[in-house]
Amino acid sequence: MVYVSTARFEIRNEGNATIVAFAGPLTATSLAPIWARAREAAEKTVGQLTIDTSGATRIDTSGAVLLLTLERDHPDGVVWRGVAEQPKELLARLRPALQDDTRAPQFSARYTGSRTSAWQDFLNRIAFFGQIVLAIIGLRERLRFLRGSDFFRITERAGAQAVPLVVMLGFLIGMILAFQSIIPMRQFGASIYVAALVSLALFRELGPLMAGVILAGRTGSAFAAELGTMVVNEEIAALTTMGIDAETMLVIPRIAAAMMVMPALAVGIDVTGLLGMAVVMIILGIPPLAILDQVRRATDPQDVLLGLFKAVVFGAAIGIIGCRAGLAAGTGSRAVGEAATSAVVGGIVATIVLDGLFAVITYRLGL
Amino acid sequence: MNMNDAIIVDGAGQAFGDEVIFQNVSFYVRTGEIFVILGASGCGKSTLLKQMIGLSPPAFGRIMVAGHDVVTEVDSVRRVIGVMFQSGALLGSMTLLENIMLPLMMFTDLPSDARADIARVKLALVGLVDAQHLRPSEISGGMVKRAAIARALALDPPILLLDEPSAGLDPVTGAGLDKLILDLRGALGCTFVVVTHELASVFTIADRCVMLDRSARGMISIGAPESMKRDSNPVVRAFFNRELPTSGGPS
Repeated sequence: MVYVSTARFEIRNEGNATIVAFAGPLTATSLAPIWARAREAAEKTVGQLTIDTSGATRIDTSGAVLLLTLERDHPDGVVWRGVAEQPKELLARLRPALQDDTRAPQFSARYTGSRTSAWQDFLNRIAFFGQIVLAIIGLRERLRFLRGSDFFRITERAGAQAVPLVVMLGFLIGMILAFQSIIPMRQFGASIYVAALVSLALFRELGPLMAGVILAGRTGSAFAAELGTMVVNEEIAALTTMGIDAETMLVIPRIAAAMMVMPALAVGIDVTGLLGMAVVMIILGIPPLAILDQVRRATDPQDVLLGLFKAVVFGAAIGIIGCRAGLAAGTGSRAVGEAATSAVVGGIVATIVLDGLFAVITYRLGL
Repeated sequence: MNMNDAIIVDGAGQAFGDEVIFQNVSFYVRTGEIFVILGASGCGKSTLLKQMIGLSPPAFGRIMVAGHDVVTEVDSVRRVIGVMFQSGALLGSMTLLENIMLPLMMFTDLPSDARADIARVKLALVGLVDAQHLRPSEISGGMVKRAAIARALALDPPILLLDEPSAGLDPVTGAGLDKLILDLRGALGCTFVVVTHELASVFTIADRCVMLDRSARGMISIGAPESMKRDSNPVVRAFFNRELPTSGGPS
């Protein structure tokens, strides 16, 4: 039985002995065609097996592994023939490595003890919230840790740079809401009430909610990536060892910036949403003054203020979640990506959950 | 110098704009020797290594690796070299075993159990078989470097290039790495090119070395480490004897 390939082997019998004779280069790139068949043939051999490498032109580590695998899988005993001096040394060096029983999975700490439970993770989140509260309480004594330039840089990135996105999304949402709602409303001759419906929805719900989603996607993820990278590069550890409170220096400015820009973003969504709605309604023949009148009748300043208050709370939640995700990042390049994902998902979920709570509270309070 | 030399560097140089980092660097690396590139920080050691592995084409001159030009035959060059980067550059999302199996998966058709067996043996060669299921972030700096050497060995390349293998390691771990390099040369017969400025390492492993100097913008000495201790150039003597140079000196 002869296999023709770059690396070759044949099996022949000499008396009672079975000989597996290799030829050609036994190297990582040439062994693939014979690997499985050589092992299978050797396993089927009963009695003593002779491995003959006199025809091998080169044996590298991979070739040595194949030969040693045959030896390991043939407990009846192996006789070596034609092994040159250097491969002999290589085989001797590698033999213990292959005979060690290293196949059993040895799970790292990651999979056994060190992974935090969901409950522990929840407690850590609460503890982080507590640390932020303490940092805010003790802020007067740590004002020197705050850097104004950082705060304005973060605010600009979270707010001013988000304006184009806010304008586009707000306008489109206003248009879509108006268009979708005007179709059924028309059947009842109530097209004009679309202005009331859309403006109320924007001021109380969609303005802050959409601003929250934008902030979580743009800024929450950026907070997590930035702080996560600092953790990976041991910058946070360096700050801590210098006695600088990372919560005060890095987290509070970010949370403050998020809380500050959110009302502005929500107002942006409200205004551009109303404009989008007005465009659709005007195209469909409703006079602009009638639209304006309907908006004024349906809403009052309390609706706008409620929306702005919700936006501030959403901003705080997104800021805290983003910073916490970053500071809780593990080590390695993957940790930063995981932190950013966690910040976005956590921020959006928290925004919607808080919005639900606001709905219940405002209903109970009759607001 | 002959065409059977593992590496031939012929008048190589690098410049960034008008700033010449080094030029007229010429030497050869014999097959099977451990050749060290050394010099003070900023002299262009790592840049020269990057030129040898085809990551950065030489601005001047020519470099041949196993008879292949690093600019025009870079694919052929990469088939005969294994590289250990200074940081280790292991993939953080994979275990050590998976890191070693990656080149075997990409460049051979071996069955998966064979790839795993070969990768385990490479890890055993560098003494890391017990850490095979750990990720790079879960092991020490010395272990990362040893694992990076194991990955460089994955396809049994005849030439291994190591960038600062003992940088940032404690002396004992650094000495362990030196021993590993000597052992691997003995077991596998590879040619090693090592970039370092660790003198202890140079005297332990180097058959020959070349010294680069930033102020000279090129190589200032080549030879066996013991002979370089008595070099006529005061900068070389100062470097090898850990003294401040009497005149001039590395910038």
